[in-house]
Amino acid sequence: MTGDVAEARPIAWRIGTVHEIIAETSRVRTLVLDVPGWPGHRAGQHVDVRLTAEDGYQTERSYSIASPPGDPRISLTIERLEDGEVSSYLVDELREGDTVELRGPIGGHFVWSVRDGGPLMLVGGGSGIVPLMAMLRHRASAPDGVRRATPARLLYSSRSWREVIYRDELAHLADTDDSLRVIHTLTREPPPSWPGYARRIDRAMLAEVTWPASAHPHIYVCGGTPLVETAAKALVELDYEPTSIRTERFGPTGGPA
Amino acid sequence: MTSPISRGFRGRRPNAGAAARLPPGQYETHDFPVLSAGPTPHTPLAKWSFTLGARGAPSVTWSWDEFEALPHETITRDIHCVTKWSKFDTVWTGVSIDTIIAAGAEKGIAPAPYVVAVCDGGYTTNLPLADVTGGKAWIAVGYDDKPLHPEHGGPARLLVPHLYFWKSAKWVRELHFRDHDEPGFWEALGYHMRGDPWKEQRYTGDA
Ligand SMILES: Cc1cc2nc3c(=O)[nH]c(=O)nc-3n(C[C@H](O)[C@H](O)[C@H](O)COP(=O)(O)OP(=O)(O)OC[C@H]3O[C@@H](n4cnc5c(N)ncnc54)[C@H](O)[C@@H]3O)c2cc1C
Repeated sequence: MTGDVAEARPIAWRIGTVHEIIAETSRVRTLVLDVPGWPGHRAGQHVDVRLTAEDGYQTERSYSIASPPGDPRISLTIERLEDGEVSSYLVDELREGDTVELRGPIGGHFVWSVRDGGPLMLVGGGSGIVPLMAMLRHRASAPDGVRRATPARLLYSSRSWREVIYRDELAHLADTDDSLRVIHTLTREPPPSWPGYARRIDRAMLAEVTWPASAHPHIYVCGGTPLVETAAKALVELDYEPTSIRTERFGPTGGPA
Repeated sequence: MTSPISRGFRGRRPNAGAAARLPPGQYETHDFPVLSAGPTPHTPLAKWSFTLGARGAPSVTWSWDEFEALPHETITRDIHCVTKWSKFDTVWTGVSIDTIIAAGAEKGIAPAPYVVAVCDGGYTTNLPLADVTGGKAWIAVGYDDKPLHPEHGGPARLLVPHLYFWKSAKWVRELHFRDHDEPGFWEALGYHMRGDPWKEQRYTGDA
């Protein structure tokens, strides 16, 4: 093992070219990139993006890969943060045909494959949906029988219905797959006759939507730190095995939901 | 490879003072972000203990009260997370690993060239002995004059501020000597064996 590690090759920086830009919400868009030489990835992994200004100043940030393994292109979905150095550039400035430097795939813990089996319980808030979406897209491409054998649920927290990232695609995935349930909660402005949850994710909500601990779900939680802390703590209190709960935290502050 | 210019990217430059303290690819944050692979463990102090030892060899174990009786130091350092944020002048209290190793030596525990930190939740991280001795590493129990919050690794975490912060393993309970460098949790998942931020040793294979 030590030998393998010492001899491993570095994860190379590559040039991605923006092939297409998809507006997801008013603050979020998806960059579809051509990345020649991309080595492939697993659902849940991320890339490091590096920007270079004309005077040579550079900065880096991490972004989850939204596209499933096997896609010919890499998709990143980015939420613009107030005063965000990198996110505001990627959301407001980057155009089709521009290039970005990136390297990856990175991360070997927050990953899931249909081979890992189910049930699959995904809990996300705001842009925390991105690596979870890669898992759902990957699962959707599996043969029917495999998919039915790995049922999945997504509990997804957004501020408002307008801010739900991948809203139509999530609805379509759930409509065409009996073994997938998508449960939304809207924390700030639920529509007037909204029948669903309208509060932050809490223990009672998790108890209602998650399979019982005896079903041993594989649990992935992603979002801002408060959401991840609250959900992971509640899941441990609800008797899910701590080692079955994988977390990814995107940022220092609360994040959107 | 020289990096291509990102068209239209100006960036928010750190001031000269901050720039000199930022390792490559890092940016300064004033928050204290949290990074961990799973839920936060909450170990009551009455059940907490810290052990220094080696595989199949004698060990020494401190209860919380015994550990608190060891001499504590105040440490002010910049910290650097592999997820790109750096935070300047963080203030910790803790027990120097030198103190712990000296206490172990009195009980006949001989150091070896590498150590592995073992934590609640089963996490581990590996370090060369040289990176945790000579006033470079601590078991931290306080942050900003308060007991260390569980989210940030309390009751006690390793503090090795000159390496990327995942090496400062949270919820640390044991330190084991090893003859060979064996990858810990993140190191086995593609993160660098040593993790020097100034050399940008983030991932396996980085120079
Ligand atoms: C493994 C990983 C995967 C990630 N995947 C994604 C992804 O798929 N999509 C995505 O949009 N982001 C993702 N992020 C977050 C991303 O890396 C950046 O942190 C984010 O885009 C902000 O960078 P910035 O330069 O725009 O903001 P900065 O200039 O660094 O910060 C601007 C302000 O926003 C605050 N801030 C920084 N990050 C966040 C945050 N995440 N939430 C709330 N406030 C914040 C800062 O404290 C600061 O006040 C991921 C982070 C990690 C560690």
